[in-house]
Amino acid sequence: MRRITYWLLSTVSALVLLFSYHTSTSAKAATSISTPAAQADTDTTATASGTSGTGSASGATSDTSASSTATTPSTTTTPSTTTAAATIYDGDVISTRYGNVQVQITVENGKITKSIVLQVPWSNGKDQQINSRAVPTLNSEAVASQSSSIDMVSGATYTSEGYIQSLQSAIDQAHL
Amino acid sequence: MITAEIPVRRHTQPGALPVLGRKAFVEQVMGLPISIHVRATEPTSPDIAAAADRAFAHLRLADRIFSTWRSDSDLLRLQHGELAVDDAHPWLAEVVELCLEAEERTDGLFRAWRSRESGRPVFDPTGLVKGWAVVGAAAHLETVPDIAWCLGAGGDIAVGVGRGMHDVDPVWRIGIEDPRDRRQVTDVVTLSRGGIATSGAAARGAHVSDPRTGRGIDRAGSVTVTGPDLMWADVWATAAWVDPTEAARLLASRDPAFRLLTH
Repeated sequence: MRRITYWLLSTVSALVLLFSYHTSTSAKAATSISTPAAQADTDTTATASGTSGTGSASGATSDTSASSTATTPSTTTTPSTTTAAATIYDGDVISTRYGNVQVQITVENGKITKSIVLQVPWSNGKDQQINSRAVPTLNSEAVASQSSSIDMVSGATYTSEGYIQSLQSAIDQAHL
Repeated sequence: MITAEIPVRRHTQPGALPVLGRKAFVEQVMGLPISIHVRATEPTSPDIAAAADRAFAHLRLADRIFSTWRSDSDLLRLQHGELAVDDAHPWLAEVVELCLEAEERTDGLFRAWRSRESGRPVFDPTGLVKGWAVVGAAAHLETVPDIAWCLGAGGDIAVGVGRGMHDVDPVWRIGIEDPRDRRQVTDVVTLSRGGIATSGAAARGAHVSDPRTGRGIDRAGSVTVTGPDLMWADVWATAAWVDPTEAARLLASRDPAFRLLTH
């Protein structure tokens, strides 16, 4: 009898676990964000569970959050990286012809105050040269060009596709 | 099809809208960052996600057909004689027609056929296909009730509304990158329906060439065109980059709904 109760209980909790596993398959590589609050949560889980790691190419953020939800289903994550005003958003890891690119931005009061590159292709000397010139420019660009109330930017087609896309995805998450 | 005539608004109407939430979808298609932003009272509705998926799928299909990078695209197989004209996707014929129309409308400032020293000219519709594909993709968003959307593809942006949003004008603020200092936004244009496209040498150097001389255009600055349709805004931006004075003259007489901004 007692064994059956345990069995039932475990089945129930397994079911609960199953249902609490949020579908991360809704959009393949796309970042889909519902509310800023929810996004802040996913981000903090991502950073809490191993920080910059995220080696895999696409959908890194959703994967990490999904797995952490699965292993610790009952906890609501405490926003460790969210101070009173600053929130950190990781852009998607973007695979480009030259390698992976990922950008992280810090947002304070609706403005980007810092932008760092988490991943950048450094495979050969030429890349290194280009990147050492481009990345600081792009970083300051990210901080300077944004205005609190711009939805999108129109400009000549970007070369630094990976960078901009990763940055755009971080901005998209931050709803700037 | 977008019918609104007033693409540029200088001031917003606060309080005219119900409180709208916002959701963003980002995917890399055609080697470009594609962002879809949607405003709706219920931004998490599955209808919206499904429409965004269809919009991305539309762009991926356009890439499969028109890519000048993938050797298995209809365009390249056709050019290499591996595909019969009748077997090519019907979109190819549509784009060929549009390229001819664009060339005529811009008096040859836009031209999709590049002549080579050796014989036949090469057909490269890239300058028109992106805008055309984005407009086609956006049609999927136009079917969703009660949303406003903004679709950005590597600096070219289309905005509009879904079904039942005809009395409201949700405003999107589009920053125009300063071509002299890409860290700055030089101007802000507000847009509620239509498209905005920018042409310039800032990002890729001289990638547009003057169809009249075949030479690359190498000067500073950029031109932006806004209007009721992204594809034509894109075509006119390319034309205006080739010859700003002539394009401004043609635009005023042939497509007065579009506006040219020079930076």
